[in-house]
Amino acid sequence: MDGSHTRYAYSVPMSIRHGLLALLERGPSHGYQLRAEFDAATGATWPLNVGQVYSTLDRLERDGLVAAEGEPDAEGRIAYRLTEDGRRELHTWFASPVSSRSGRDELSIKLALAVTTPGVDVTAVVQTQRSATMTSLQEYTRLKTRADGDAGELAWSLVLDALVFRAEAEIRWLDHCEARVARAAARRRQAGTPSSAPAADTPSATGGRR
Amino acid sequence: MSAPVLLLSDVTREHMQGGTTVRALRGVDLAVHAGELVAVMGPSGSGKSTLLHAAGGLDTPTSGQVLVEGVDLAGLSPAATAAVRRRSIGYVFQDLNLLPALSAVENVALPRELDGVRRRQVRQEAVAALAEVGVADLADRFPDEMSGGQQQRVAIARALVGPRRLLLADEPTGALDSTTGEEVLQVLRARCEAGAAGVLVTHEPRHAAWADRVVFLRDGVVVDQSGPVAGAESLLAAGGSA
Repeated sequence: MDGSHTRYAYSVPMSIRHGLLALLERGPSHGYQLRAEFDAATGATWPLNVGQVYSTLDRLERDGLVAAEGEPDAEGRIAYRLTEDGRRELHTWFASPVSSRSGRDELSIKLALAVTTPGVDVTAVVQTQRSATMTSLQEYTRLKTRADGDAGELAWSLVLDALVFRAEAEIRWLDHCEARVARAAARRRQAGTPSSAPAADTPSATGGRR
Repeated sequence: MSAPVLLLSDVTREHMQGGTTVRALRGVDLAVHAGELVAVMGPSGSGKSTLLHAAGGLDTPTSGQVLVEGVDLAGLSPAATAAVRRRSIGYVFQDLNLLPALSAVENVALPRELDGVRRRQVRQEAVAALAEVGVADLADRFPDEMSGGQQQRVAIARALVGPRRLLLADEPTGALDSTTGEEVLQVLRARCEAGAAGVLVTHEPRHAAWADRVVFLRDGVVVDQSGPVAGAESLLAAGGSA
């Protein structure tokens, strides 16, 4: 598909926005700290520079999703906290599937943050995405059936196959994520350590945090 | 909408395992109408096979109702259940579908012969069923003279021979390569579009995608369903990388 560069450029900032909101759900924090935490949560797969973090924080503050917390510290750094609107925005993000428009990276970032953000039901995040991707897969299959009927449509059918296999890979990966999260939760239960996640202890039946 | 061919309401199935009660199904509701193919997906142990067995009268739920063509299986004697199974329900499994000593047409005809239908009519029905799945020319071949895909087509023909409308398929493409598996699913889908009601248990997302609806099972509970949304083309226009 065309436009992959623009899609990449578009999708990563979207993820930074929600990524920062997710990190602030753990408690107030300033830009340098957020950058380090984002790298830690996503395995430094999408390294951010501190300028990106601060410009994103500015926009989040403008939109009323975060607010400055207290006075600047000795080094002049301002901590930000999540507002109620910001919390709602974050939960909406976790509850919505990543659309095919925003590219794959946002989904990886979302899952990485879901397992590290307090109070997020990772299994629900996975299932929401799985249903959405399966619905796309069903549509591609339907289009393929139509294309297969026409001998001249081989090329189109192969393009559809590419979409089909990609969607399938995503669902398999989601299955894998779910199994690993469940296994990690079972191990924690066995070890008798309830959860090491900080604060905001909303009970989560699936143990979707670490 | 007409009455569903298969209706599970609040079906729970418990069994004992090593001294503890395992709840394989917990309050499952599922309706499958004529013309509809429903896929059931879930990890191993999620209750997929138990659901299929309950739907086919091979297993009795601990509580809840299973109606096939409006008949409540729980209210029937074992003999009557066996008769419903034979007359209304067809199965397709991963393998071991066909009797090796019988030709394709004899395999397809067998359930109708057991029903006591006249020989001549049975033969006609069986030939018609084979034609519907595109293997009329294989009628006199034996299973070991057919490819895996051809055998599965014959199995689908047998599952839907005569008046039977409910087709239960358990990983029917498990032993087939990717292209042959797709062809078998295409046949399954076509038979449903022609009026059968199908339930397909599979762990392959690509195969489940042939269904009208995909039901996700987790720990014996239906946690979610996915179905078609408006405007397939809009998905592709949106970049199509999902």
